[in-house]
Amino acid sequence: MGRKSAAGDLTMRAVIALPFAWLILFFLLPSALVLAIALGTNAPDAAPPVELGWSLANFGLLFTDDLYVAAWLSSLRIAATSTLAALLLGYPMAYAIARTRPERRPLLLMLVVLPFWTSFLIRVYAWMGLLAENGILNQVLRWSGLAAHPGTILGTEWAVHLGIVYGYLPFMVLPLYATLEKLDWSLLEAAADLGARPIAAFFTVTLPLSLPGIVAGCLMVFIPAVGEFVIPDLLGGTGTLMIGKVLWDEFFTNADWPIASAVAICLLVLLVGPIALFQRQQARSLERR
Amino acid sequence: MNSQPIVRIEKLAKRFGEIEAVAGVDLEIVRGELFALLGGSGCGKTTLLRLLAGFETPDAGRILIDGQDMTGVSPHLRPVNMMFQSYALFPHMDVAANVAYGLRRERVPKQEIRTRVAEALALVKLDGHGARRPAQLSGGQRQRVALARALVKRPKLLLLDEPLAALDRKLREGTRFELVRLQEQLDLTFIVVTHDQEEAMSMASRLAVMDAGRIAQIGTPHELYEHPASRFVADFIGIANILDLGNGQWLALRPEKITLSIGRPDMAQAISGEVVDIAYEGDRSLYRIAVKGGPVMLVSRTNTVRTSEEAFRRGQTVWLGWNNDAGQVLDG
Repeated sequence: MGRKSAAGDLTMRAVIALPFAWLILFFLLPSALVLAIALGTNAPDAAPPVELGWSLANFGLLFTDDLYVAAWLSSLRIAATSTLAALLLGYPMAYAIARTRPERRPLLLMLVVLPFWTSFLIRVYAWMGLLAENGILNQVLRWSGLAAHPGTILGTEWAVHLGIVYGYLPFMVLPLYATLEKLDWSLLEAAADLGARPIAAFFTVTLPLSLPGIVAGCLMVFIPAVGEFVIPDLLGGTGTLMIGKVLWDEFFTNADWPIASAVAICLLVLLVGPIALFQRQQARSLERR
Repeated sequence: MNSQPIVRIEKLAKRFGEIEAVAGVDLEIVRGELFALLGGSGCGKTTLLRLLAGFETPDAGRILIDGQDMTGVSPHLRPVNMMFQSYALFPHMDVAANVAYGLRRERVPKQEIRTRVAEALALVKLDGHGARRPAQLSGGQRQRVALARALVKRPKLLLLDEPLAALDRKLREGTRFELVRLQEQLDLTFIVVTHDQEEAMSMASRLAVMDAGRIAQIGTPHELYEHPASRFVADFIGIANILDLGNGQWLALRPEKITLSIGRPDMAQAISGEVVDIAYEGDRSLYRIAVKGGPVMLVSRTNTVRTSEEAFRRGQTVWLGWNNDAGQVLDG
């Protein structure tokens, strides 16, 4: 490499500065704003309805009020079980795509991401149509005589799980596919050659080697699922308690900005852990290559 | 020792779409031999090996290993082990775990696994490397781990797919002798697939030359070199001058079986020609000689004398001579 020109150096700096500027402007600054609001107190008559200050009362409330604690716990539980379900469903899909002939894979992958061509909100509404009391599912059940008086899935936690698994499945399948596609299949032949039954070969070779994909896929489903609002709001009904919904209610129904902001900050901090874990995993798998 | 062949292949055939990878192969491999399958790329040698290991299912014919019909027997139940060309070491396990893998699947007791893994690693001179990851090893060390992993199960038959192809030249020669030593020391049967005729000739007790899914000839290295059965084999193994004798007969004549002289030699066959090219290879020189009204022939001459440069010059007219038993007469 020759000496860099001053103009080239400047361009270089500008290229690096651009994403930083973007992050500061649209991520760091808004986050700081939200934090500032969270430290303030509610002032219903002001506009915006906040009186700035240095109060930790809002955060204190989050850990003492049963509603918030219950919402946190149920969010984590629903996100965890949905992630597990998405993994159990997504792994065989990714595996099957990775093992089909290379020329057929793009088509199958396209089918995986095809739902993204329709708005997420519309697709969740479609599930309402499917799962409602007089929805398509129940009509089919009644018509076919499988169940004369079927229960209603809509408005239960089952519907929330269904919605999350449906909505986030591509985020599980794609990273899994990426690792499985790189897997050297001769390793499985070697395992078989050394006396491993197919199931043993899977658990001793395929599964450990696809662990980076499993971690990536699970985090990509789990992280957004914890804070999910649309799905529990539309499919979950009143019985489902999730933190994203609580946040929305505080903000729009109660117009309590500081509490809503405190919830948002907590959500952020809670999710930084898994994201950091994810990044470390990525860095380590890069190193290994 | 059992005189029954360890492997018996009967009318074996396998095709991939339009390509006949293995087209009716009959083969018997004797217990304790180092057998080489030699051929160019796409000749079917690797497919034959994979059929033996059970990774491919034959379209016709059958394989018997130690008298047992292998038809429908899954790879994990076959009494054979394979050393893969890519070595296929498990990257997430250390060397000891790689070698122990096969024994764990057999549920061998832990203590025995430990001693057998240590033995296998000592055998390939990798003692003390058990805790390393494959990525931390050199190419030669990885090759030896793959070998130890395949040997530790004491298979009746060890299949080696291009075992030396990934090594550099110097290492390859040393490893060649090492493989032969191990095979003799452990009294195992090896089947080695290779495209390198020098490798096959120097290692194998017997070898088969394959061409387009068929076996062109089976024999000892000496038989194949001195008594090739066809023009293909004569041409594939070493260098051969193939002379048209008429009546559909050909003479395969090795370059070192021909003598060169200035004057007409007192030999059964003598023709003269002009030296068109000399390739000096250090130990020997290869002369390309254009015979008048005939083909260009290759003659090799061992450089036994240090002082002189070439005995013959380019453009010089020389005599080529050979005896009647110097070449192999071929019908096809």
